[in-house]
Amino acid sequence: MDWIYEPWPWYVAGPFIAAIMFLLLFGGKNFGMSSNLRTMCSIGGAGKKADFFAFDWKAQRWNLMVVVGAVIGGFIAANFLSKDPAVDINPETVSTLEGLGFQSAGKAYLPDELFATGAFTDPKALAILLIGGLLIGFGARYAGGCTSGHAISGLSNLQLPSLIAVIGFFIGGLVMIHFLFPLIF
Amino acid sequence: MKYLKFVLIGIAFGIVMFKSEAASWFRIYEMFQFQSFHMYGIIGSALFLGVLGTYLIKKYKLKSIDGEPIKFTPKDKSFSRYMFGGILFGLGWALAGSCPGPIYTLVGAGYLPILVTLAGALIGTFIYGLLRHKLPH
Repeated sequence: MDWIYEPWPWYVAGPFIAAIMFLLLFGGKNFGMSSNLRTMCSIGGAGKKADFFAFDWKAQRWNLMVVVGAVIGGFIAANFLSKDPAVDINPETVSTLEGLGFQSAGKAYLPDELFATGAFTDPKALAILLIGGLLIGFGARYAGGCTSGHAISGLSNLQLPSLIAVIGFFIGGLVMIHFLFPLIF
Repeated sequence: MKYLKFVLIGIAFGIVMFKSEAASWFRIYEMFQFQSFHMYGIIGSALFLGVLGTYLIKKYKLKSIDGEPIKFTPKDKSFSRYMFGGILFGLGWALAGSCPGPIYTLVGAGYLPILVTLAGALIGTFIYGLLRHKLPH
């Protein structure tokens, strides 16, 4: 059972994710995580400001339960199923990241520069996390889905709109890492 | 109790996101540098099985546990919203290094600064709701 404490290879993770999508389909639901952000806005009263949020969010409670589970799953995986969470990325990636100032590359699960508790008092780290979140939230709703809704569910159903969205995801990601990172870091 | 199965599915999802390192900022960066097959393998194998299973569900008209036919809602036909929205999402995905699912997983894993990203994602969703009628779709 030692393998469970090691990072899971792609050929375990990919089929696992497909199984989650099918479990939801057989439960009469669709796999899509970003729609929960809209639900949370509605619960917070955003329906008074924009009609986009004036919908019966209670029908989405099942998906909020998936979110609750995802939080619990993260807690279990990090605390009981991992011995050394350091992510063994490509040594070339490590040296590129070190050049950008990420000294924790190859030694941690997430960069300390952004995700250690000290980030709360670092204005640059806060700005990066906040702007990243703004783009994720705005972009996912504008595109009508995120990685789960488009890249997994939509492409599995051979939806052309999802292919366009996924191409967009990659254009955005490549622009960020290859052109904007050298300016930001 | 009818919600318990969704909590359990969520727990499985959270564990696989963390253990596969798909929730790691470093893996997302490495993916966009094309320096590892790992993320492509995860998405590719999920997709291979996803396409196959979706085809079989449609072909054999399989039903959900409630006995209802499994419905796939086609996405609205458009280009601009998917491309522009997709690019904005991709910029955020690469910058914060996580997409909406892993954000919750990282909260549970104890990386609390991700809460700032979650707050940003909620604000971003809210701004979209305010501007929706003014954007090309």
